Amino acid sequence: MITKDDIENLATLARLDVADEDKEEFAEILGPILDYVSEVSSVVTADDATPRVGALRNVMREDGPARSGGAFTDAILKNAPETEDGYVRVKQIF
Amino acid sequence: MPINLNTLTIKKAQDAFRSGEYTSRMLTEAVLAEAKKQNADINAYAEIFDDALTLADAADKRIKSGNIEPLTGIPVAIKDNMLYAGKESTSGSKILRGHIATYSGAVVEKLLAQNAVIIGRTNMDEFAMGSSTETCAYGLVKNPIDTKRTPGGSSGGAAAALSMDGALGTFGSDTGGSIRQPASFTGLVGLKPTYGAVSRSGLMSLASSFDQIGPFGKTVADTKILYGAIAGYDSLDSTSVPNNHATRVTATKKEKLTIGVPTDFINAEGIDEDVRERFRATIAELKKAGHSILEIALPSLPKSLAAYYIIQPAEASSNLARFDGIRYGFSKDAERLIDVYRQSRGEGFGKEARRRILLGTYVLSAGYYDAYYNKAVAVRRQITEELSAAFKKVDVIATPTAPSPAWRLGEKSADPMKMYLEDIFTVPANIAGIPAISVPGESVVRDGVKLPTGIQFMAAAFQEDTLFQIASAVEKIYE
Repeated sequence: MITKDDIENLATLARLDVADEDKEEFAEILGPILDYVSEVSSVVTADDATPRVGALRNVMREDGPARSGGAFTDAILKNAPETEDGYVRVKQIF
Repeated sequence: MPINLNTLTIKKAQDAFRSGEYTSRMLTEAVLAEAKKQNADINAYAEIFDDALTLADAADKRIKSGNIEPLTGIPVAIKDNMLYAGKESTSGSKILRGHIATYSGAVVEKLLAQNAVIIGRTNMDEFAMGSSTETCAYGLVKNPIDTKRTPGGSSGGAAAALSMDGALGTFGSDTGGSIRQPASFTGLVGLKPTYGAVSRSGLMSLASSFDQIGPFGKTVADTKILYGAIAGYDSLDSTSVPNNHATRVTATKKEKLTIGVPTDFINAEGIDEDVRERFRATIAELKKAGHSILEIALPSLPKSLAAYYIIQPAEASSNLARFDGIRYGFSKDAERLIDVYRQSRGEGFGKEARRRILLGTYVLSAGYYDAYYNKAVAVRRQITEELSAAFKKVDVIATPTAPSPAWRLGEKSADPMKMYLEDIFTVPANIAGIPAISVPGESVVRDGVKLPTGIQFMAAAFQEDTLFQIASAVEKIYE
């Protein structure tokens, strides 16, 4: 059972505004989905749950810059909503 | 004489280039005209690029020099989550409206290096979350076979673009069936390669432990050519496997294959009776053609979907954390930084994306992590082991691709759980990281329209060649 309060709490954790009119709907929809996925508990599994997909191997590279500085700066800044003097501008953090 | 796009294959087009019957420019002009005409109604393309003819001219120069690669001069399309330097790339989301790719992904680089003609980017469910291409922020995509129905998803635009003859081959991404299911709904061949076979550099992530890029083709032979053009190791994707083709696809080719059929799984409730019947008919034909059929038990396989809809939202909620209104895309101004994040995300993401972010946050939160995420990962290993054990006895495992033919637009949009159940047969291959192909089987009739169904085959890792072999056998039956 998922409540409106749960949705509010999750939304805060996920840095996501959820409109009031959506909260109830999301709660109603997420409940049955969680009931369904809880079926995983019926499978008897080994205790070790280390994720293992694809080939397991170390991937190494030289610890240095991959390309010359500034090569992508303009292109990257063009995508940012607010910039100033070659920097991305953000609100005060503290 | 106009070029008949409907029956044109990649090989035929290249023969025509070589013999001088027509040029890549002439073919590209014909494909662009068809794509633009059809797109007004189908909405397969988010954008048809204005520089396609420049690429075609470059391809023609190369063709004249005689140095032709399999996709040189061939008009192809990419999915809107694949980066192409200088072009807009939105993943079907409002939060990335106007985002211009700063570099090209590995697959786009490979296509350009072959002088393939990339003619556009195709619509998709927002961030590839969906099975119907109805969650796309730039409008839903219609199925060219019956425009009242969905082309499937999430790569619905890529499937529709090829099905409407708006390209000769297209590329999608498959996280839980997003290539195979739309292929089955639009009468195409669709391949999800082995995890690690194709580089994901420059592919926007949905769920990184599942995502793979793969091709849609009109025929098995075309699909094989398209796959060959994009497969291979790339140091920019750490999950990419070195020398995969050189070392693995050397097994002696068997003329007749052993096909495993997980009978209990296929007999489960909720599978369309006609789809099941067509599937059985195809298996019977394959038996007649000399292949062996072996009933197999895969007891954990039906739990794949539950494990998938825990791990996938968990990974998605982490991957989508980067969209915060600061570095790219849609941004809402607010007094405080935290509200810039919350409002940009709240308004920029569509409903399904927001639901999955919340679901992912839930299964990863303290107190639920063990019961959901960790348990799902353990189930994933169990399923993977059952499948590996099965491949000691059989060469391929067959199922229907989807439990139903294409449904009417809007039919499942209100109930996400219904939509998720559509992925029941496709998800296991992503769970185990193995390759799977969907090939058209017999059609079914709905509302007086013949709708295609798909047969899916899975094989052990890097056995793509075995999949092409069995898919060709099915293709022969329905020629």
